[in-house]
Formats: sequence, C-alpha cells, structure tokens
Amino acid sequence: MAPILALENISKRFGAVVVADGIDLSLNEGEALGIIGPNGAGKTTLFGIATGTVTPDAGRVLFDGKDITRLAPEGRCRLGLARSFQIPQPFSGMTVFENVVVAAAFGNNEREAAVYDRCADLLERCALAAKANKRAGGLTLLDRKRLELARALATKPRVLLLDEVAGGLTEHECATLIALIKDVRAEGVTIVWIEHVVHALLATVDRLAVLHGGKFIASGDPHKVIRSAEVAEIYMGIDADA
Amino acid sequence: MSEQVRYRVEHATRSSRIGVGLIAIVLMVLALAPFWGDRQMLRLLAELLTFVALASLWNLLAGYAGLVSVGQQAFVGLGGYLLFAMVILAGVHPIAAIFIAGPIAAAVSIPVAALTFRLRGAYFAIGTWVVAEVFRLLASQVSVLGGGSGVSLPAAAVIAMAPTRQAREFEIYWLALALTVLVLAAIVTLLRSRHGLALTAIRDNEVAAQSNGIDVTRVKLIVYVLTAFGTAMIGALIFLMKLRISPDTAFSVNDWTAFVIFITVIGGIGRIEGPIIGTIIFFFMRQTLSDLGSLYLLIMGAVAIVVMLWAPKGLWGLIAERYGWQALPLQRHLVFDDTAPRSRDKRA
Ligand SMILES: Nc1ncnc2c1ncn2[C@@H]1O[C@H](COP(=O)(O)OP(=O)(O)OP(=O)(O)O)[C@@H](O)[C@H]1O
Ligand SMILES: [Mg+2]
Repeated sequence: MAPILALENISKRFGAVVVADGIDLSLNEGEALGIIGPNGAGKTTLFGIATGTVTPDAGRVLFDGKDITRLAPEGRCRLGLARSFQIPQPFSGMTVFENVVVAAAFGNNEREAAVYDRCADLLERCALAAKANKRAGGLTLLDRKRLELARALATKPRVLLLDEVAGGLTEHECATLIALIKDVRAEGVTIVWIEHVVHALLATVDRLAVLHGGKFIASGDPHKVIRSAEVAEIYMGIDADA
Repeated sequence: MSEQVRYRVEHATRSSRIGVGLIAIVLMVLALAPFWGDRQMLRLLAELLTFVALASLWNLLAGYAGLVSVGQQAFVGLGGYLLFAMVILAGVHPIAAIFIAGPIAAAVSIPVAALTFRLRGAYFAIGTWVVAEVFRLLASQVSVLGGGSGVSLPAAAVIAMAPTRQAREFEIYWLALALTVLVLAAIVTLLRSRHGLALTAIRDNEVAAQSNGIDVTRVKLIVYVLTAFGTAMIGALIFLMKLRISPDTAFSVNDWTAFVIFITVIGGIGRIEGPIIGTIIFFFMRQTLSDLGSLYLLIMGAVAIVVMLWAPKGLWGLIAERYGWQALPLQRHLVFDDTAPRSRDKRA
C-alpha cells in the first residue's frame, strides 16, 4: 500500500538558513506522527511544503501515491490534506460559524446549505458553539486555535497536520483536546502533530520524529525517542554526558 | 445522524431589517425625485447614483478580491466610447447600447486580466493604469469618434430617446437609478452566494482561503470580469448623461478612480455599505466646499488621511465593528434552538 503522504528528498533554504536538507518522510494511512524540534528547526516550513504554501527547492511531495509537488494549496486541500496554522489565520471579518462553513464548503467541494449541519456539530466539538456568531477577529488566541482546528476538520481531511494546537491550554482543556484528536484518529484520519507540549504527544501519537538541522535525527517509538540521549542533548538543551 | 433540528441559519439581523427598511424608503423617495426635485437636483442625484455604483464596483474589486486597480477608468471610458460608437456608427438606441457595452467590456477585460494578473501588489496597480492610458491613446486615434478632441451625441439620437427635454431628463434619471440598483443588487446577490463566501474569505485572508480549498485566482478573475461589465455599463450611462465624450474625460484617472478610491476608503473598504456612505460624504463635501477652489482638494486629502489614520476600515467599518451592525443581510447566523437538546455529541 502506498503511503498516504510522503515527502521525498525535500530541501529548502531561506537565504543562508537551511531548514530542510534532503528530508524523507512517509506516513501510512491511519498513522499518528508527532514532530518535535527546537524553535526555528523548520517544522512549520515542512507543513508549508506539504500543503503547498511553501515551494521546496528540491524534492517531491506525494499524496496517496500521486505527485502533488506542483499542485496548488486549494487542490491539496480538496484531496484531503488539511492543516492548522501555528499563527492562527482566521477570516477575521466573518463570524466563527462562517469561517467553518467556508472550510467545509470549499475544502470538500459541497453546496453551502449541505454543510451547515456538520459545521454546527464541529463548533460544539471544538467548544466554539457559544461563539458561533462572534466575529472571528475578536476571538482570544485560545479560541483562534480552536477555530483553526475546527476549520481543518471541516474540510473532511484524510491527513490532518496540526501545528502547536496545545500550547497555553489548561490541564483540563488539554485533556479535552487529546480526546478530540483521538476521536478524529479513530475515524481513520492520519495525523501529523507538531507540538512543544510533549506529554500531549506522548498520549496521542504512535511515532515521534525529531527535526534538527534540516534533518530528522531520530524517529520511532515516542517514549524511546524522548528518552534518547541525542534528543535530551539537542532538543531539551541538556548535556547527555552530565 | 441528525435526530432533530436544533438550530437554523439566518441571514437577517435586527440591524439589517432596519437597514433594508430604510433602503426601501430611500429608494421610494429617489424613484419619486422627478416629482419633488428640480432639474439641477435630478442631475446631482443621477451623478451621485453613478458614483455609488462605480465605488461599489471598485470596492468589490479592491476591497473584497484584493485587486487594487487604479485603472478602472479604462472600463468607464470603454463603456462610454462603445455607446457613442454604437449610436453614431450603427444607429443603436442609446439605452440598448448601455446593455451591449457591458458584455463587450467583460470580453475585453479577459485579455487585460491575462496581462495584469501577472503583476502583484503595486505593480498590478501601475499595470492597470498603463492599460487605461493605452485605451486613452487608442481612443484618440479613432477619427470617426472625433479623435483627440472628442465627439457629441447626434441630436437625432438624443431626440429619439424621448420627445421633450423634460421627459428625457426623467428617463435618464430613472435609468441611473435603475442601473445603480441593478449593480448593487447584483453585488448583494453575489456576496450572498457561495462565491460571495469565497470572496469574503479572500478579503480577510488569502493564504487561509487557499488552504481551505478556495481557488483564489479563479475567484479574482471572475470578479475582475464582472466588475468590468458593470463599470462599462455605468461608464456608458455617464457619457449618455454628458452627451459628449473625449479621451481625456472618458479615461480620467482623477474622476473615475481617485474620487472613487476616496469614497470607498472614507466610507469603509471591504463592506457593502461603505461606498454608499462614502459617496454621500463626498458629495456633501463637494457641494459645500467647491467654492474654495483648489483648497477643496486639499481638504479632501486631509479628510482621507485623517480617516485612514483614525478609522482605517472607514466610517462604516468603525460603526459595524463597534455595534456589530450590517445594513444588508449578508452574514450567516447560527441560531440554536434552545427547546431542543443542546448536544448530540456522540461522546456526551
Ligand atoms: N518565509 C520565510 N522567509 C525567510 N525565512 C523564513 C521563512 N519562513 C521561515 N523562515 C525561517 O526558517 C526557519 C524555520 O522556521 P519554521 O517556522 O519552519 O520553524 P519551526 O520549527 O516551526 O519553529 P517554531 O518551533 O518556533 O514554530 C526559521 O529560522 C525562520 O526564521
Ligand atoms: Mg513552527
């Protein structure tokens, strides 16, 4: 079976900064992958390359065996590749409900009236129902992040790319989020989750990869990876020999 | 999945119900203007209406689709010249010519878009201006339409519209009112449609719109062509009212773009109500300050700067954000039905 999403030999630099140096990544359908790495490692850029908002200098992106390297972001979204933005990008002049309707109607190419039901459900699942008719531009950062998640889910993704959705949540909110993501996963959605809140990842993913210096320096069982000396040294800033 | 209806989606709000009521009253008063206004008043109102239409079209283009064109005079002039060409060269009835000018301009706008859409931001703006200048130069080469000095509408064609001068003035006024209402209704219909949803999303955030499956370039092209359609019809009407056209008046960046941008910016860009408010302010200022000569332009410039600094979303933007008002029912509101169980969450 072809991987649902694959990055092949991806390279990208911004000026002198190399953010991806021949990266390979392959995801099987239904898998949940966590990505960690220091600030500026290139994690978000990798999502940009996968979804088409960033053009790689070299390499290919494959979705369900199909080369999508040259496909525009809207095309990738309609294939079933959705992302949440680390810095939320709401349609600020539209209501929260309308934000989700846009994603549902265009991300899945449906009639507007046909998606209302799903959108109302999603708002409840993402704890946004009470703010459905508020202007998205007036939301708190936390609610903006919830909206990012709701919009990504509204496109009915096959692969969901989450970029730091757990930061700033209380213990209880984080538990709710984890339950939601597990639910989504149980519906068969493949998940890639970039997160600094490591315990949330450990509770959710079945593989953890560490990005550093434009390469994945470790990948595998989450608990093993997080305990490895290399990760402790590079990611946590702890000297492994000490 | 759904056991019962817990909510419904509504467009209208209390402010929009009041807004629509007010608009209906204003329209009625305007429709009766020939019976309460003198000739000068009718002229002024007709001119005001054309500016409402032009500014609303520019707002759609720049405020929603993010296509900041400073070359819409290309289509105002094209519409005007098409009308004069059809009337003078082919004997078409002037009113019919208005409606033919629209689709022709829309067709012309496609190759223009193919050219200018390669440019981004400020370069796009300059590109559209260059195109308008090229149009102006081309118009001055057409000797059957008076070349550089322009041409008047033949008296026979004017008389053919209506026998008496008064009847003609009424006819032109009602035409201006009808066309403006048509343009506004078309814009409202567009914004309420699925395309309007995409367009509003593009207005707010292009990257997110793309990432949510919207083909941004396609929507922009559609808006560009539709705007050219409407702008050319209004242009044809404007020069039918003036009864005379020349390359410099037809393709004037000052009249058809600078004033239009002023109107849209002070009224509120990216909101359908903005250009209407802006036009009223603009005409009020023009009527009260025009005796001051060039000082009047300075004051307008100062007003534009003040508004941009203090209310970057325009006067209507300020009001709408503070009070959540919308004069027209564009937004979709999710109304939960509180009598039904609030949640049917499977995990609950
Ligand atoms: N469009 C851009 N132009 C120039 N440099 C960029 C651009 N986007 C990202 N960078 C740089 O590339 C590097 C990687 O950025 P990226 O956002 O992918 O990191 P990240 O791993 O997501 O970091 P964080 O954990 O802080 O979110 C950073 O040094 C950043 O400054
Ligand atoms: Mg990041």
